[in-house]
Amino acid sequence: MEKNNTLKLKFESARKYAPAPESRSAAKINAQYELFINGRFEKPLSGKYFDTINPATEEKLSQVAEANDADVDRAVKAARNAYENVWRDMPGAERGKYIFRIARMIQERARELAVIETLNGGKPIRESRDFDIPVVANHFFYYAGWADKLEYAFPNRRPQPLGVAAQIIPWNFPLMMAAWKIAPAIATGNTVVLKPAETTPLTALKLAEIIQESGLPPGVVNIITGAGATGSALVNHPDVNKIAFTGSTEVGKHIQRAIGGTAKRTTLELGGKAANIIFDDAPIDQAVEGVINGIFFNQGHVCCAGSRLYVQESVLGEVIRKLKDRLETLIVGDPMDKNTDIGAINSRQQLENINKYLDIGRAEGAEMYQPDIELPGKGFFCKPTIFTNVAQSNRISQEEIFGPVLTIQSFRTDDEVIEKANNSPYGLSAGVWTDKGSKIFNLTTKLRAGVVWANTYNQFDPTSPFGGYKESGYGREGGLHGLNAYVKF
Amino acid sequence: MVDTNGAAMPLLMRTPRIDQVGVVERAARITKRSIKKETKVNGLLLTLNMIDLTTLEGKDSEGKVKQMCYKAKHLLDTYPGLPTVAAVCVYPAMVHTAKKAVEGTGIRVASVATGFPSGQASHEVKISETKFAVEQGADEVDMVISRGKFLAGEYNFVFDEIAAIKEACGNARLKVILETGELVTFDKVRRASDIAMYAGADFIKTSTGKVTPAATLPVTLVMLEAIRDFHYDTGRMVGMKPAGGISKSKLALHYLVMLNEVLGEEWMNNQWFRFGASSLANDVLMQLMKEKTGVYQGKDYFSLD
Amino acid sequence: MSVKNKETIAAETEADMRQPEEASRRLEVLKTYKIFIGGKFPRTESGRYYVAQDEAGHKLANVCLSSRKDFREAVVAARTAFGDWGSRAAFNRGQILYRIAEMLEGRKLQFIDELVKQGAGQAAAGQEVEQSIDRLIYYAGWCDKFQQLFSSVNPVATSHFNFSVPEPTGVVSILAPQDSALLGLVSVIAPVIAGGNTCVVLGSYSKPLSAVTFAEVLSTSDVPGGVVNILTGKMEELAPYFADHMDVNALVYCGDDMEMKKLLQQKAALNLKRVVFYDHVDWMSANGQSPYLIADSQEIKTTWHPIENIGGAKAGY
Repeated sequence: MEKNNTLKLKFESARKYAPAPESRSAAKINAQYELFINGRFEKPLSGKYFDTINPATEEKLSQVAEANDADVDRAVKAARNAYENVWRDMPGAERGKYIFRIARMIQERARELAVIETLNGGKPIRESRDFDIPVVANHFFYYAGWADKLEYAFPNRRPQPLGVAAQIIPWNFPLMMAAWKIAPAIATGNTVVLKPAETTPLTALKLAEIIQESGLPPGVVNIITGAGATGSALVNHPDVNKIAFTGSTEVGKHIQRAIGGTAKRTTLELGGKAANIIFDDAPIDQAVEGVINGIFFNQGHVCCAGSRLYVQESVLGEVIRKLKDRLETLIVGDPMDKNTDIGAINSRQQLENINKYLDIGRAEGAEMYQPDIELPGKGFFCKPTIFTNVAQSNRISQEEIFGPVLTIQSFRTDDEVIEKANNSPYGLSAGVWTDKGSKIFNLTTKLRAGVVWANTYNQFDPTSPFGGYKESGYGREGGLHGLNAYVKF
Repeated sequence: MVDTNGAAMPLLMRTPRIDQVGVVERAARITKRSIKKETKVNGLLLTLNMIDLTTLEGKDSEGKVKQMCYKAKHLLDTYPGLPTVAAVCVYPAMVHTAKKAVEGTGIRVASVATGFPSGQASHEVKISETKFAVEQGADEVDMVISRGKFLAGEYNFVFDEIAAIKEACGNARLKVILETGELVTFDKVRRASDIAMYAGADFIKTSTGKVTPAATLPVTLVMLEAIRDFHYDTGRMVGMKPAGGISKSKLALHYLVMLNEVLGEEWMNNQWFRFGASSLANDVLMQLMKEKTGVYQGKDYFSLD
Repeated sequence: MSVKNKETIAAETEADMRQPEEASRRLEVLKTYKIFIGGKFPRTESGRYYVAQDEAGHKLANVCLSSRKDFREAVVAARTAFGDWGSRAAFNRGQILYRIAEMLEGRKLQFIDELVKQGAGQAAAGQEVEQSIDRLIYYAGWCDKFQQLFSSVNPVATSHFNFSVPEPTGVVSILAPQDSALLGLVSVIAPVIAGGNTCVVLGSYSKPLSAVTFAEVLSTSDVPGGVVNILTGKMEELAPYFADHMDVNALVYCGDDMEMKKLLQQKAALNLKRVVFYDHVDWMSANGQSPYLIADSQEIKTTWHPIENIGGAKAGY
C-alpha cells in the first residue's frame, strides 16, 4: 500500500502573504515644517499651517506652512537675488558639481525618502523604493552633467538661462516631479521657486533639507508649500520668468490664460487618456502585464496611464480573461507592505472623483468588473476596475479618471484603431503591442502622442524626453530636449 | 506511423509570441514579493515536499542511491513533522534499488530515459529504455526531447516521439524535458511546451541539469503561462518541473510565488509542481531551523547525501 | 544675341510690353485679388472687400475682407491636407519648396512691381524678392535635415531602444508680418510647411497684393491644395478666431502689440495651442531664418521598444 506524501499545505493565496511591512524607523518626520526660502526654513508670514495626512490611515503626519502672497514674494526675491548675484554667472562645471552632490545625497537617504513618499502619498513602498526615488537621484545626476555642456545641445546658438522659474508640481509622483523640474532648471543656470502639491509636501521638504545640507547657494532653490492660492500667486508674480507646471489640463489652461500679456515662458505637462492597443499577433501575456502596469501603476494616478485599452477582436476574450485572472493576484492595501501592488488613493477628494466615474460608467451601460476583495476599513482605497462593453462616446472612455480604472474596446483593422486612439483631445502617450515590426512603426508614427511605448509601457528614464501633444501640454521634460524649457538664445 | 493515442499536434500558429524583456521584467517583479513569517515556513515545507531528489552521475552506485533514498525519507530527524521529498530521480539501472529503498513511504521513483541527457538514441532504444524503467518500478519517467530535430523545425517528429514515449509509459507519469538552455529563445520554449503538452506530457520540465543555463525564473514563467493557456483550452492540468540551478530556499520561494500567481492554488502541491534539485533540501532545512531557533545555521550541521 | 545686363533686359521688356498697348490703346486687364483656400481661389464668402491703397492714396485693388467663415473653411482644408503633407517624404517636401522658389524667380518682376506699388523703393523691392526666393531655397534644403538636428537616440538604462524625433504639430494659424509683405510672409510660411505642417495665413492688411500673388505662385508649384491657405483682411477681426479655433494646433503671431498678444494667448488656451511670437524680427537679417524656427512648430515624439538583451533588463518599476 502506497502512502500519500503529498502535502496539502496552503502556501497562502497571493492576497494573504504574511504582512511584510517596511520599517518606519528610517523616516524622521518633524511635527511642523516651515517654508524653505533663501537657504533657511522660515516661518510663514501668513502665520498659517495646514495638516498633511497619511491617505492610507487618515492619520496626521505633520503640519506645513501655508505661503501667502508675501511669502511667495519673499521666495521670488530670494530666487532673483541668487540668480543675479551667484548662480547665473557661476561656471557651469561648478553648478554641475552642486547638482551631482545633491544626487548623491538623495541616494544616501533613499530609504528614508521612499518611506516618507509612501506615508504621505499612499503609493506602494515597492514603487517608491524601486521606482520613484531611484529616478529622482538619476534625474539630478543626468542634468548635473549637462551644466557645463549646454552649447553642445544647441548647435550654432548660445543658450542663456531665463531667470526665476516658478514650478508647480502634482501629488502623484511628488519627489520625482520635483526632480524633473529642479534639475534641468538649475543645471541651465536658472533659480527656482517650487511648490509641491498640498497633499504631498513632505518629500519636497526633505529635499529642502538635503539641498540645505549640500551647501547649494541660498536662494537657488526655494520650496514653499500651500494650495491653489499659493500656486496662483506664484504664477502671477511679476518677477517670474518661467512657469513649469505639471497637473490637470484645466489648471494648465488657466495658467496659459494667466500669462497672457506677459513675457513669461511656460511648459505644461497635463492630462492624458492614453490608448493601449493589443493586436492579435502580440505577445499576449506580456501585453496583459503591460496593461496591468499601464493602468494600475501608482493606483492609476499617472498622466500617461494606459486607460483606454483597444484589443483586436480575435483575441478580445483571451485578453479579458487573462486580465481578470491577473487582477486576482493584485494586492490592494497597506502601502507600507512590501507586497502591496495598489496602495491608497491620494486623497478623499480624488477617491470621490474616481467613484463618481464608476457610477457614470455603470449608468452609461458599461459592464464593470472588480475582483472580490476587501478594502482596508480606514484610508482611501479603490479596487482595480475594468469596464467592458464601452463605447468611444462614453465619458469613461473620454475623460481622464486618474485612478485604477480601465476601459476596454475592441477593433478590427489598423486604420480603425489608429482613428479611435487619436480621437481624443489628449496626446500624451500610447501603447502598441504587436510582433510585427512594420506595424509597430506604422502605429508609432501615426499615433499623435509624445511618448509611444511599443511592446512595453510606462517606462521612464532621465535621458528620455517626456511630454504631450495637443491638450496634454507642451514642452518636454527629460533628455536633451528637456533643456529647451529653461534656456533662451 | 506512430499511434498518438488520439493526441493532435497543436496549431503552432496559435502559439503566442513571447517578448523576452517583458518576461524578464515580470519575473523580476515576482522576486519583489517579500515572503515572511508563517508564509515563509509554509513555503519552505512545501518546497521540501516538492523536491525530486536527484542523482544522475556516471559514477552513481547502488550505495549512493540508497544513501540518497535514506535522506529522502529522513530529511532532518531532529526537526519533527517534516514532510518527505516528492520523489527520487535516478537512471533506469538504479530504479530497482531506489524503489526498494523508498518502499512504503509514498516517495515516488522517477527515472530519466530516452537517451538522457542528449536524447541522441534511436527510436527503438528510447522506447525500450522507457519500458525498462517502468518495468523496474518507475512511477515517473523524465524524457528528453530531440532538440536537434526541434531546432531543425521537425515539430511533427518531436510530437510523435513524445506521444510514443507517453504510450510506453503506461501508468507512469511522463515529464518532458525541453532542455531550454539549448532552445535559447522563449519563443522556442513556448512552442516546445505546447508540442509536449498536446502530445500527452503530464509534466513539462526545463532542463537535464547538464546544460547551462538550466532552470531560470523567466523560462519557468514562459512554461507556466503555456500550462495555463493549455488548461484554458483543454481543461487539462499539466505539471511543471524547473530543474537545475535551484539551490537556495529564497529562490525556491520565488518559484512558489510565481506558481501561485500564474497557476494558483490548485497547482501548489507536488502532484503538479516539482523542483529538480540535489542541494536545495539542505538550504531549506537550514532556513527552517533558523526560523525555528532564530539562529543563523552552518552547513556542517546538515548531512550531505 | 549680345550679352546684356539685367537692367537692360528689364528696361527692354518693359518697353516691349508698353509699346503694343500704346499702339492699339489696349485696355489693361486688372487682376482680381482673391483669397486662397484648399488650392482654389474663391472670393470671400462674405462678399466684403476693402480698397488697398498705395501711400499716395491711390487705389491698388479691391481686396477680399475675409470672414471667420473663410477662416473656418481654410482650417478644414488645412486639416484635410495635413494627413498627406505631414506624412510625405521629407525629400519630396524639399523639392516642392524648391519648386516654389523656381516659380517665384520666374515671376520676380511681378512681385517687384507689386512691392513698389505698395510703397517699396525699386532697389529694396528687388532685394526683398530675391531674398524671399533665397529663403525658400534655404528651407527647401532644411526639409530633410532638421530632423537629424533635433532627433536623439536616448541611452536609457533599461533594455530598451529609445529615440526621439520631431513631428509636425498639425495645423498652424499664422498672423503674418504687417510690414514685410512678401519676405515676412515667406519667412513664416516656409519653416512651418518645411516641417510638414499645413497653415492658414493672414497676409498684411495694408500690403495685401504680395500675399495673393504669392498664393498664385504656390498654386503653380506642386504644393498640394490646402497646405497653405492665404486670407486677406483685418487682423483685429480675424485674430480671435485664429487663436481659439479648436482644430488648430499652433498659432504664430508676428507683431509686438501687447494687448493682441494677451488676447491671443488667452484664446489659445482653450485647446492649449502652441503660441509662437515673432516680435521685432528683422526678416532681412540673418536672424530671419533658422532651423530653430522650424522647431517652433514641431512636437517631439519618443518611441520605446524592448531589446532582447536579458542581461541589461530590469524590472519596469
